[in-house]
Amino acid sequence: MKYSLYNLVKNSFSYHENWEKAWSSPDLKPEYDVVIVGGGGHGLGTAYYLAKEFGVKNIAVLEKGWIGGGNTGRNTTIIRSNYLWDESAALYNHAVNLWEGLSSELNFNVMFSQRGLFHLAHSVHDMQEITRRGYSNYLNGIDAEILNQDQVAKKIPHINVNGRYPVLGALLQRRAGTARHDAVAWGYARAAENLGVDIIQNCEVKGIDISNGKVVGLQTTKGSVKVDKVGLVPAGHSSVLANMAGFSLPINSVPLQALVSEPVKPILDCVIMSNSVHVYVSQSDKGELVVGAGSDAYNSYSQRGSFDMIEHMMAPLVELFPIFSRLKMLRSWGGIVDVTPDRSPIIGKTPVKDLFINCGWGTGGFKATPGSAHVFAETVFRGEPNDIAAPFSLERHFSGALVDEAAAAAVAH
Amino acid sequence: MKLQRQQLLINNFFMFIINCPYCGERDQTEFTCHGEAHIARPDNPSEISDEEWGRYLFFRENPKGTHFERWTHDHGCRRWFNVMRDTVTDEIIKTYKMGEAKPVISNE
Repeated sequence: MKYSLYNLVKNSFSYHENWEKAWSSPDLKPEYDVVIVGGGGHGLGTAYYLAKEFGVKNIAVLEKGWIGGGNTGRNTTIIRSNYLWDESAALYNHAVNLWEGLSSELNFNVMFSQRGLFHLAHSVHDMQEITRRGYSNYLNGIDAEILNQDQVAKKIPHINVNGRYPVLGALLQRRAGTARHDAVAWGYARAAENLGVDIIQNCEVKGIDISNGKVVGLQTTKGSVKVDKVGLVPAGHSSVLANMAGFSLPINSVPLQALVSEPVKPILDCVIMSNSVHVYVSQSDKGELVVGAGSDAYNSYSQRGSFDMIEHMMAPLVELFPIFSRLKMLRSWGGIVDVTPDRSPIIGKTPVKDLFINCGWGTGGFKATPGSAHVFAETVFRGEPNDIAAPFSLERHFSGALVDEAAAAAVAH
Repeated sequence: MKLQRQQLLINNFFMFIINCPYCGERDQTEFTCHGEAHIARPDNPSEISDEEWGRYLFFRENPKGTHFERWTHDHGCRRWFNVMRDTVTDEIIKTYKMGEAKPVISNE
């Protein structure tokens, strides 16, 4: 059923009790052309674009938990594309272009709000870094404005520009913003199912069957399934799945946490990021401040960060915004992110034929969701990555052609 | 054995307290983790292939379970040591000095 004004009015006569489920829970079939492992935004999006753009009919998405219960529902929802290197700029800007049309494409309001993102500079070095990156963004057709202290103070009234962490300027991307993370997973799930994709929840992959170097099947908690092609999109468990298929990855899985405050009236109409003092904050439509920062340094699958990291997030926040100091924090949570040596993702082929992987998005995968899904769908369908995905191959760790965003972009990690 | 394990949990669950082999038990905030331990630099650097170099430099075990890793006691003795830790529960199983043999994983 299409979501429209007509259907809204029509359903109001039955007190909104007869809306169809957005997606159903079909049984696992014995055989699929393509199976996507991982029902987050990237995985569901991959299935959606495979069905829509490449006409693949027989697709399943296997999700260990429930749709929207993993990292897709655990992030701070920031979307931007102001990365330094050409390869990253192309990938993340492809995503922003798709974000702009996503709600109408999916017929589901993902609440994409291009409220603008300020990346703060606190030192001469920071100013040089944002200037370099800003000019690099211009050259790649990404909007970027370099602001001085007065301009920042005028646009963000509550910021303390002369505190312990003086604000000398900021790099502003107006097309950046936030989206509702759950809606992204739900919207892709619903749109994918409308195109015939089977979404199987509570189905964990326990083994990968390989014959003569080609993937032929999967062992799951809901039985075994024969497959022609498999796409692994398992944020937080990439190494575990790769090990099942007999190869290893240049990945460490670490906890990343975020927290939200009690809801307050509108006070912050943009996204603030600071790499140097390391905090980022925006205000959700419910009024909560959504706060994030860096990941812990140790490997963990616990979905729980360390307590001292919370202090590392809050201390710079109240320095920058003294007005927030009396707010209460309501909830904090952790997710597990797969971090690569160069902080760029891995998209492409694996040592196993017809087994493809899309992982290693580290702390910033949400912003890339549509772009990642779109290029990965093409990779799975054609068996080769397209021009945007090609630089992000697993091979780059042998050739040395790393896309080193570790120190280059405004990547908080 | 069970009592010992409970004691371990009390002492080390969530890594609140880390037992530095040189200084004894200290707060976790004094320490930093530096990734997987027991990675040996290749003996024949000029002979190995790009792939072998890539594996040495970048590829890591990243297990869901027992992990061996290097930590430093930054705000203490500043020495490096190794930690055997469970990455599912974050429980520290053992800390030991650099150069000591890798502890054996028991399946209890």
